Amino acid sequence: MRQIFDIHGGIHPPERKELSDPGFLMDCPPPSKLVLPVTQHIGAPARPIVEVGDTVLGGQMIAEAQGPVSVPVHAPSSGTVTAIASRAVPHASGMTDTCIEITLDGRCEWIKCEGVADWRAESKAALLDRVRLAGVAGLGGAGFPTAIKLASDRTIGIHTLVINGTECEPYITADDTVMQCCAREVVEGAEILAHMVGAETILLAVEDNKHEAAEAMKDASAHLASAEVVTFPTKYPSGGEKQLIELLLNVQVPSGGIPADIGVLCQNPSTAMAVRAALIDGKPLTDRITTLTGMALSKPGNRRVMLGTPIGELLANAGFNSETSDRVIHGGPMMGFAVTDLDMPVVKITNCVLAPTRSEIPPPQPQQACIRCGLCAEVCPASLLPQQLYWFARAKDQEQLERHHLMDCIECGACAYVCPSHIPLVQYYRSAKGSMREASKEKVRSDNSRARFEARQERLERETAARDAKRAARKAAAEARLEAGDDPVQAAIERAKAKKAQQEGDQ
Amino acid sequence: MSLLHVSSPHIHKPFSSVEQVMKQVLLATIPGVLVMTWFFGPGTLLNIIFGSALALGFEAWALWLRGKDFKSPLKDHSVIVTATLLCIALPPYAPWWLIAVGVGVSVLLGKHVFGGLGYNPFNPAMVGYVVLLISFPLQMSSWTEPRGVGDVPGITDAFVALFAASSYDGVSAATPLDLFRQNSGMLFDGLMASKAEMAGVIAGRGWDMVNLAFLAGGLWLLRQRIFTWHAPAGMLAALSVCALIGFDEGSSTGGGSILFHLFSGATMFGAFFIITDPVSSAVSNKGRLIFGALVGVLVYLIRVYGNYPDALAFGVLLMNFAAPLIDQYTQPVVYGTKKIEVDE
Repeated sequence: MRQIFDIHGGIHPPERKELSDPGFLMDCPPPSKLVLPVTQHIGAPARPIVEVGDTVLGGQMIAEAQGPVSVPVHAPSSGTVTAIASRAVPHASGMTDTCIEITLDGRCEWIKCEGVADWRAESKAALLDRVRLAGVAGLGGAGFPTAIKLASDRTIGIHTLVINGTECEPYITADDTVMQCCAREVVEGAEILAHMVGAETILLAVEDNKHEAAEAMKDASAHLASAEVVTFPTKYPSGGEKQLIELLLNVQVPSGGIPADIGVLCQNPSTAMAVRAALIDGKPLTDRITTLTGMALSKPGNRRVMLGTPIGELLANAGFNSETSDRVIHGGPMMGFAVTDLDMPVVKITNCVLAPTRSEIPPPQPQQACIRCGLCAEVCPASLLPQQLYWFARAKDQEQLERHHLMDCIECGACAYVCPSHIPLVQYYRSAKGSMREASKEKVRSDNSRARFEARQERLERETAARDAKRAARKAAAEARLEAGDDPVQAAIERAKAKKAQQEGDQ
Repeated sequence: MSLLHVSSPHIHKPFSSVEQVMKQVLLATIPGVLVMTWFFGPGTLLNIIFGSALALGFEAWALWLRGKDFKSPLKDHSVIVTATLLCIALPPYAPWWLIAVGVGVSVLLGKHVFGGLGYNPFNPAMVGYVVLLISFPLQMSSWTEPRGVGDVPGITDAFVALFAASSYDGVSAATPLDLFRQNSGMLFDGLMASKAEMAGVIAGRGWDMVNLAFLAGGLWLLRQRIFTWHAPAGMLAALSVCALIGFDEGSSTGGGSILFHLFSGATMFGAFFIITDPVSSAVSNKGRLIFGALVGVLVYLIRVYGNYPDALAFGVLLMNFAAPLIDQYTQPVVYGTKKIEVDE
């Protein structure tokens, strides 16, 4: 039995996972059209490679990766591209972005997918290429391009692969479903990932409220000597990458660093499954398993959903009663964001759509004054002082914010959850982080222009000095000649005299 | 359908509000106030009721003057906590004007001049207390003798004391801390034995029970996670260590025993109800431990070497000044910023 280490803080919100049965995976009827944003990941947007009017097949790439940190987008089913335009996309800021709209023809025709025969025989570069081309991004919520996480310059010295099946957010049971219903695929994916980065140990981490998932993982990984299923007490946010690593290995990811710095790679079970599909089936990422839950739904549950399905259509499918609800949340109740437009599509990071009734999640209460009670500091998993950060954020005191490590805040929301004054602390931190990033960019810019200016100044000085030196050298040479009785003026006079004398002599 | 656009987290801990925190603090004072009523009569209780009513009035007035909404802040009970804590610290049977001045100073000068709830650098109740102690030393030192129920002033006496023009000093007596300070030439054991006031179960009569009751209320608050153990533990430990060092086997010039200091005057009330005020204390747990410990040291020093019999209010106010400085040096180690040993 592996020792579990304690992490600082944490909370125990009502889990509400019973609403969506993780033991049963439902299918979702295909929608009439799909809206596929070109950015469903962290990084540069993909560039559309289809045009309006084109017919596409399922699995066909419709937008290609642009730049190193980017992932392509594929059509989830066959149909016609009917628009490439700006639409509302799932994002905390409620922004719009370029989307490719496909009207489906209902024939569900796919391109021919070809996987690798034996992944152990392939080179790492070839495997990586396939993962990149299949458009795999972290499906746990952050959407970081998986191929970048696996790229060689980062993975030297990785000893442990952690499959993060913690799913500590209330309500969400998508990873639970994946682990129960697709256990074999998850474990095979983990095996491939471990092979790709050279990890000797695979830890399948599951919170102890997901007994069935842990059992399924144990059964599926029994044949692997390197794999171990680890269960640990349920606490939010144990599933935070940094928290989970500390909990399992008793080491901390250095501030500003990544888990690879300490030899660890974290992947979500759904991502592991997507990597497996990309390599073994040669199938790009075009669908995912999403939890539809909340008391405003009459048929909650976990469904396999095509990327690009409008959230409104999905909710209607799950029996959404809009009378009783006034908010729809993309993601979980702790870190998810409010959906501003029900036409917004499901994307790679959509692990949950939560439609609570008004009484289930009531509107926020009015904010009161901070009394510095310190409950927030008690629950902060990063050991920050949220109450101080709040005051500094309000005062826009960037120096103190930096001193108090605002950038190490993981925005888990535990502080705001317990705050007796109902202060939306995370909102303050997000905004302050934004200004700090702006300021540091500004600083880089001004540093650059200062460096440029100084370089120019130096160059000008150098040139002047060189000119002066040249002039001085010339002068010195002339003086030297003079001293040696070699006066050019006298010589010229003599020459002139001689010439004159010669002329006179000629006459 | 119109969609609510709010920021995460979307859920909030049930029953967690400023109002709840304040309510629990008020509830926790009940054992202490009941024991005080047992030993001193209904004076303190009447003070609290009168003081709280005045405090609500002052708060509403101050909010109105500042152009704020004055209905919802009144519901957070914070001003009742301030008034209750001040009135517990005042002598029972204090005249009405003493309470009025104290509450007025606490609410207006202790709290609202700085910007109201959450913005006060000093503990408002202690600001009011110290202003009274310096301005009206006679009235502030007229503590009643702890006689026990049946032998204490009745409710009519309490009303007379509160509203009659002159102060009610018929039953006032020196407190154990007064006696201790005035003691000259007696060994500590001798002092404890010679005076009836000193003959309590643990320390001075009545006062030891009052301290025990506030300790009980405080421990309940600790269990309710209203505050952490750091500040109270710091203060009680520091006071004990000081007493241990200064006791010198109980000579006439020594500092009194550990039990005497722990269960006399405002020790427990201060440790659990005053220095735990989060607004004016240090912020981090380590900071609160240091904050509490330094209050403990100051309380001991002023009790033994100062001019006042008890010293909690001064100790707290002095440390309130120091709290921001303590905060500068007691920031917890943030995740990932620990120096890690490089393993080869």
